Amino acid sequence: MKRVLITAVIFAGLVGLLAYGLTLNPREVPSPLIGKLAPEFELPQLYEPQKSFSKKDMAGKVWLLNVWASWCVACREEHSELLALSKSGEVPLYGLNYKDERPDAISWLKQGGDPYLLSVQDYDGRLGIDYGVYGVPETFLIDKHGVIRYKQIGPLTGEALKKTILPMVAELNRE
Amino acid sequence: MNSARTRWLAAALTALALCFAHPAMAREAAPAAQNPALEKRTQDLSEKLRCLVCQNQTIAESTAGLAVDLKNEIREKLASGQSESQIIDYMVARYGDFVLYKPPFKTMTALLWLGPLILLVVGLAWLFRVLARRRKEVTPPELTRVEHERAKALLEGTESQ
Repeated sequence: MKRVLITAVIFAGLVGLLAYGLTLNPREVPSPLIGKLAPEFELPQLYEPQKSFSKKDMAGKVWLLNVWASWCVACREEHSELLALSKSGEVPLYGLNYKDERPDAISWLKQGGDPYLLSVQDYDGRLGIDYGVYGVPETFLIDKHGVIRYKQIGPLTGEALKKTILPMVAELNRE
Repeated sequence: MNSARTRWLAAALTALALCFAHPAMAREAAPAAQNPALEKRTQDLSEKLRCLVCQNQTIAESTAGLAVDLKNEIREKLASGQSESQIIDYMVARYGDFVLYKPPFKTMTALLWLGPLILLVVGLAWLFRVLARRRKEVTPPELTRVEHERAKALLEGTESQ
């Protein structure tokens, strides 16, 4: 009887552990960049490649940097959220067009709507490596001092925006 | 007769062609790199790093876009004279410890490293306990002197029915 009980307890423990494991997302690798200065960049703008945009232009502002590409299927999932966010104007949204061809990127924005105040082009993915990008889309929340405060891996959901990102934005703006 | 000879000729030509095709194919399979030593170091280092897109593969094995980019990054850094540990630090700064195929021993990873050992010790302890208990159960009781003599007689075949 005792033995049956012990076996049952161990079994239940194991099932509990495995069940908990199922709720985790193994693809989500915590970024070591949270709380660190966002890597500097100065890249050509998507629409006007002769003009550049740099991280320094955003000093003193709380903003979002969304990594996207026209070839990225999951980006389509978050697109309506991004459009709504840009309409609300709650936080400035900038795009990092990752490893994409310029005409493809522009035609995708024409077709789906452009939620970004501005997009820059990371043609060879170098800046993506600096930001530890491994799965597009990714979104970085950067504070007034240029520090990365939060990273959303995968599509931005309404829930993540409402529960995590927008409250953080409000708080960071008060700083 | 004529057709048999043609067939022979065709076979011989095919064999000859294969003889020539073989070294050409081997040349194609050789590494395209201009600097084999650098390529070897890039490969060795890539095998220590995890591909974040396909997490069960190393950067060396993976053909994902990011893995190829990172391999190029490693090659360039090695060529510019950076050391292996500098490059590993560079990767960890961006992707975290996860990028290391062999995770470092830390408080966070202690269970990962020691877990199998703990399981082994617990398993062995349990095994020895069970074995000790079973030995006690299985050990036959000592025979009395009379039983002993009877057993002996049985073995020698002198026991009368």
